[in-house]
Amino acid sequence: MSDREAVAHLLRRATFGPTADEVDAAERAGPAATVDRLLTQPATDRGAAATPTPTLPPDPYAELTKDSTREQRQQANAERRKQLQRVTEWWLNRMVAAEDGLTEKLLFFWHGHWATSAQKVKSARLMVGQLETLRRHGRGPLGPLVAAMVRDPALIVWLDGQKNTRKAPNENLARELMELFTLGIGAYSEADVKAGARALTGWVVDRRTGVARFEPKRHDPGEKNILGQSGRFDAEAYAGLLTAQPAAATFVAGRLWFRYAGPETPAPEGLAGADTIATVRAILSAPAFAQTRGTLVKQPVEWLVGALRQLGIRPSALPEQQRKQLLAGLNALDQVPLRPPSVGGWPAGSAWLTTSSLQARLRTAGVLAAATAPSVLARLTAAPTAGRPDALARLLVVDAWSGRTRAALTPLAGEPRKLLAAGLVSPEYTVS
Amino acid sequence: MDTVTRRRFLLTSGVVGAGALAAGAGAYSLRDLLDTSGDRDPQSRTLVLVTLYGGNDGLNTVIPYADPAYRAARPELAYPDGEVRRLDDDFGLNPALAGLHQRWSGGGLAIVRGVGYPKPDRSHFRSMDIWHTAQPDRPGNTGWLGRWLDRAGGDPRLAVSFEPALPPLLAGAQSAGAAVPVTDRKAAKGLPAATLTAFAAAEAGESAARGRAAACFADLRSVDEMIRQVRDSADPDTADPDSEQAPATATGGARTPLDAQLDLVAQCVEAGVSTRVFSVSLGGFDTHADEKQLQAVLLGQLDRALTGFADRMSRTEAGRKVVVAVYSEFGRRVRANASDGTDHGTASDVLLLGAGVRGGWHGAPPSLTDLDDGDLKYTTDFRDVYATLLERVLDTDPGPVLADWRGRVEKLF
Repeated sequence: MSDREAVAHLLRRATFGPTADEVDAAERAGPAATVDRLLTQPATDRGAAATPTPTLPPDPYAELTKDSTREQRQQANAERRKQLQRVTEWWLNRMVAAEDGLTEKLLFFWHGHWATSAQKVKSARLMVGQLETLRRHGRGPLGPLVAAMVRDPALIVWLDGQKNTRKAPNENLARELMELFTLGIGAYSEADVKAGARALTGWVVDRRTGVARFEPKRHDPGEKNILGQSGRFDAEAYAGLLTAQPAAATFVAGRLWFRYAGPETPAPEGLAGADTIATVRAILSAPAFAQTRGTLVKQPVEWLVGALRQLGIRPSALPEQQRKQLLAGLNALDQVPLRPPSVGGWPAGSAWLTTSSLQARLRTAGVLAAATAPSVLARLTAAPTAGRPDALARLLVVDAWSGRTRAALTPLAGEPRKLLAAGLVSPEYTVS
Repeated sequence: MDTVTRRRFLLTSGVVGAGALAAGAGAYSLRDLLDTSGDRDPQSRTLVLVTLYGGNDGLNTVIPYADPAYRAARPELAYPDGEVRRLDDDFGLNPALAGLHQRWSGGGLAIVRGVGYPKPDRSHFRSMDIWHTAQPDRPGNTGWLGRWLDRAGGDPRLAVSFEPALPPLLAGAQSAGAAVPVTDRKAAKGLPAATLTAFAAAEAGESAARGRAAACFADLRSVDEMIRQVRDSADPDTADPDSEQAPATATGGARTPLDAQLDLVAQCVEAGVSTRVFSVSLGGFDTHADEKQLQAVLLGQLDRALTGFADRMSRTEAGRKVVVAVYSEFGRRVRANASDGTDHGTASDVLLLGAGVRGGWHGAPPSLTDLDDGDLKYTTDFRDVYATLLERVLDTDPGPVLADWRGRVEKLF
């Protein structure tokens, strides 16, 4: 693998999709320095600063009372949907604009890991609050992250934590916390689930203020035996107990590997570091990681955000019609940010490669090609017709076209927007 | 409640390798199925397996309304005597199951009670793996019907799913069933047909995922044709005039409703295709909170879809050879939680209807008081049900498929 191929591979996986200029710069720096630069958070990020987290008005539901009319409720519902739409659009813009691509992609990883959906949470403020928690702790050690998440209002609502009381424990959160978020199946027993649910009792979410609050009367203060240890564990102590298990770091490292290297290659031993950034460093530096080039099916959000960056499109600058088409595309591709399909998160690999997803990619690629910035299109048309497939590969950061794809692209060289659309749906671009 | 379906996550559970998925997913169109019309022995039966994802609450499906322990364990969640659709003096069906209740009265519904497996696992994903693989000790990477397919010659068209991704139960060691895509008819616009054709070519030496991405272009070309085919092949005289739903065109591949899936099954059966096994599913049963109403909505969908399908099947010779089996990965706790829901439990009911199925009760009802850590003790091993279906519906010796499992559900057929 050449240095250019090596850094392009790093950037494609660690961020949402690099531009050709970013690959040029990384090639000059070399692979080792590129890993360092990716992992170091810049002091300032102009892209992030230009796309600040929206300040939302209070949850419209907070205004409702028992006496509210049906119309008032409908209006509150409509307002809630509008707020969620606004947050979804903001997040897409942020993903495209941010200079610190690694941190943005990592945030999306954590979102899929904790897999909390607005479909049930419904409040945009709670969803934004969870993203902020994930952003605050996402690069650091696992302990503080899990301790913050067991008190996260959106997660509590999503997994019925507010309904988990001393009198009648609800095991939903306790089980998924161990099975999907920290330990993985097989590393705990059914008794641990039951005891864990008792430790988590007492947390409720005030839907008016959107704040999670501990109500001692609902908490079970008794002795619990969890994972071989006894104590009067509460939520925080339980979280600490989980993240102290060696299985937790290994499990989470495996999940990171699954997303960054792909489901095809087993995770090598010893990836887990002291914090998440150290683990990501171990993944990007692993020899097996380099060998996964050309095997990872891009998730729809990765595919779209990468294309938006490479084609110079800022979704916020598009007319409403096109913004809607892009979101409709993600919906048809079955991956809308803030709406994971289940607590198990989004699927991976070949699951994204179906005929119906290809239809959605074709439609969305057409929208993207039509919205491509003239300056970007000019780079393509600056090349002589015969050289345009190669210019396209450079633009989309594809290492090389196969003979098959070159044969498909060549007849379109005279129609640059169609050429772009074809590049976006090609197997080489879809699978990175 | 988790209003979402858990099914999609099965893809990441690792039961099915990407290879098997790639072999099945989208590689066949309905035309390929319809091309097999007439290939089958007209005497052979067809199995339609309905998977309810999320863990359907069995105790509020087939309700032990006369047992005081039922009401005591879940006072808010229990159905009062008057609402239950009575089956006998002890049990009744959920009020939403009107059609199935009628079928029971006519002797056309069999209920196998307390179906489960030893050392129950309460993870959705693991328990579903167990039901898919029929290997409770250690779920492997083949499904029970996939292993049947391996032995039946391996033609993917023998075992078909209309779900967007291949369910693990149809993945064998050497072969895999076909996931036939059901997508909307919006044709791909913008790129010339020649481009799409060129993309469909396989490229030597590329990764499996890229190969699959290219194969999607080949599949796509047949999809539009496929939907038209199935519409045209539907004989207007046999189509159900009372069906609430327009046939088959789903709003999106991943969200195909159960009745639309069964509608496609019905059309295939009527066309006499070679398929012996169809897998369909309904998700959303993970009712940890506010369960009663949500479950009733889902059971209502199930009831309408099943009875509509069964009625339609009863009208043709081929349809009268179809057996339907309905199951979920586990039941739910006997006792309600504080949220008017139930947490993951163990044994539950399997419902069967169709050709030769002997209606009525099968297996013993689990006790509501003699519990295993708050959960029902299973009385019938799920492999008994599988073995009986293999033997009586698919005319196969269950031994090689189910690791020499000996148990059967007596007198089910």
